[in-house]
Amino acid sequence: MFKIIDKKPLGENVTLYEVEAPRVARRHRAGQFVMVRPHADSERIPLTVADVDRKRGTIILVVQSVGKTTFEMSEAFAQGDCFSNVAGPLGNPTHVAIPDRAPNFRGTVACVAGGIGAAPMLPIARAFRNAGHEVVTILGARRKDLLVFEDRLRAASSEILVCTDDGSYGRKGFVTDVLKDVIETRRAAGSDVHLAVAIGPPLMMKFCSKTTLPYAVPTLVSLNTIMVDGTGMCGGCRVMVNGVAKYVCVDGPEFDGHRVDFDGMMRRQAMYKQEEAESLARYREGA
Amino acid sequence: MSVEQPRANLTPEELASRIENRATFNARQRGQLPKVFWTEQDPLERVKNIREVPFAYTPVHARAEAVRCLSCKNEPCVTGCPVAVDVPGFLKLVAEGDFRGAIRRIKETNLLPAICGRVCPQESQCQENCMVAKVHKDLGFAVSIGKIEAFLADWEREDGVELPTVGAPSGFRVAIIGAGPSGLTCAGDLRRYGHDAVVFEAFHKAGGVLVYGIPEFRLPKDIVAAEVDNLAKMGVAFEFDTVVGQTLSVDDLFDEGFDAVYVATGAGLPYFVNVPGEDLNGVYSANEYLTRANLMGAFRFPEEDTPVLRRDNVAVLGGGNVAMDAARTALRLGAKNVYLVYRRSREEMPARLEEVHHAEEEGVQFRLLNAPVEILPTPDGWVRALKVQRCELGESDEKGRRRPVPIEGAYEELPVEIVIEAIGNGPNPLIPKTTAGLTTTRHGTLVVDEATMMTTRKGVFAGGDIVAGASTVILAMGHGRKAASAIDAYLRRKASEPAPVS
Repeated sequence: MFKIIDKKPLGENVTLYEVEAPRVARRHRAGQFVMVRPHADSERIPLTVADVDRKRGTIILVVQSVGKTTFEMSEAFAQGDCFSNVAGPLGNPTHVAIPDRAPNFRGTVACVAGGIGAAPMLPIARAFRNAGHEVVTILGARRKDLLVFEDRLRAASSEILVCTDDGSYGRKGFVTDVLKDVIETRRAAGSDVHLAVAIGPPLMMKFCSKTTLPYAVPTLVSLNTIMVDGTGMCGGCRVMVNGVAKYVCVDGPEFDGHRVDFDGMMRRQAMYKQEEAESLARYREGA
Repeated sequence: MSVEQPRANLTPEELASRIENRATFNARQRGQLPKVFWTEQDPLERVKNIREVPFAYTPVHARAEAVRCLSCKNEPCVTGCPVAVDVPGFLKLVAEGDFRGAIRRIKETNLLPAICGRVCPQESQCQENCMVAKVHKDLGFAVSIGKIEAFLADWEREDGVELPTVGAPSGFRVAIIGAGPSGLTCAGDLRRYGHDAVVFEAFHKAGGVLVYGIPEFRLPKDIVAAEVDNLAKMGVAFEFDTVVGQTLSVDDLFDEGFDAVYVATGAGLPYFVNVPGEDLNGVYSANEYLTRANLMGAFRFPEEDTPVLRRDNVAVLGGGNVAMDAARTALRLGAKNVYLVYRRSREEMPARLEEVHHAEEEGVQFRLLNAPVEILPTPDGWVRALKVQRCELGESDEKGRRRPVPIEGAYEELPVEIVIEAIGNGPNPLIPKTTAGLTTTRHGTLVVDEATMMTTRKGVFAGGDIVAGASTVILAMGHGRKAASAIDAYLRRKASEPAPVS
């Protein structure tokens, strides 16, 4: 059993959980995820780890409630309760280096986080910064109250730029607008953005990848697809990358954004839309 | 070759008289005794539930069937068994009505008879060379060794299980990676030798393929749970949610004080045929489909949270047990038409005869000599049809199976909404990839010394599908047993060596 040490709301339908999982905490590196099964009748869902406290043996998960399982996590579990299962860390850690450059090359990394993508971005931004790279974080959300982890990301970055779709906080506009500006400003000044990392909703990652493509800025995206085991056994998470089926759980979760078939991925994400709606409606009736 | 046909064929009087007169039959008479058949759930009824298909033998049926054994001197049944169960020995005890003695005899070599009785391919092992079948010139008339074995194990579960004696504590600790049939067998045997056994499992439940792959209607899960419970009572410890290679490495296990490691991580990497359309919505690996239905309880959705698609028309690709399991699961999830698409003919099908027979009885439509060519989409990216090409059999391959040769232009479209691929699994790469000192074959399986199951790294042993590739439950168990004995010898040798100077 995995005890919930702390639980707090971060915004509308977004919850932070600090969960006791000493083995995961000890091994986790930036970019990796866990499979969580909240109780004995639950699904197993993949959740990217936002932070770890090795001394306390805990991991931080930031979860947006979208379906039955995630609403149940936020409504039926309190601080001191336990999740039945937390397995991990899974997937490959982020390769903390600039692609196609010498290992000792230090450059500028644009960390583009959309919505709760801010949480899994934190360890990645920190890892690049600790390795000596300049980290420019671009944090965006639809509205001010949907922004999470601004302070933590600010502390982990060389510079942070915040935007909202409706202009309720920071610059008005999309993260892609800011990303484009950052690349152009750097280039005009004779420097560059050497790598972009985008984490957030699939559409946001798709458009970030589209934005960087004409500038030939290498772009990593972190995918979160439907999984059952998370260890390469089922293949449910497969996504087409450069025309070849890849398993997000064991080949990813990070891929070259310029080569991911985002449309196919989004279509597969909606495979159980009907069942998910049924499950949530049933939960709401019972609750 | 015919399959054993279930039907109640003998009156209670006939059965009683056979048991009473058992000592009076000569070999010739024994060989001529009619086989005692069991009954099964009606095919049209059973596809509406997930309960086990055959009804177990009663004590009288089991005894009367056991009387048919000829106790052959050369014991072809024992030779056919991967763990050499003393078949004539236990059958004789069953005929006498000594069920306790019989189950003890089996358990000398096989710790999990309730499982083997149900999932072993008896017709190609113990029952293949049964002399009684030779007398009848029909394999279907072999003594029903598997059914009697399952009966005995069920009887024992009711009557009280005798746990194997645990050895005096040796002070050694062994880590077993994977709670499937191989790991469980190894763990049980290690306790008999007196070693501590800790099983690390990635999933939240023990059993491996017995719980995620093989469906309830073929192997009831309370039977697996009871076997796991018995191991726990023998002192086997389980650590779930532990993905060795990720959560911990093999080196961490040695650092944590384990003296030896047994790798039994199985064949967990599904192969896809590699035809266009495999990324469409509605295409599954059999692993995913069965794991959702079995382990994750999608049969009970929405009571349990994990869904699996339910559609009217389903195609399953493959001809093995997993393909049969997937096809029969699809029927039980409400499909009206289930096609089993196999490139070769019935002869080449690797599935157990009983599974093929059950699948056909339940209405699975066999599309033999059909090769999948493409999965065709609806405009919004779901499966609309499976395009197949008819084949004919050509030359034999290296395994002696005749190769399918596609017939030019002979295409057909099967209208289906779900395609399940059950064409095999590769070894799970996680441990080989993350552990120094292990040598793999070109298929990705671990290289071991066949006598000891030790890998190329000292103190690390391996068995089951990670060594054999996709094989059988009983072979995996055999490996577990062989490895446990070799680990015991290794540890005792280690104990007698002088401590290294540090």
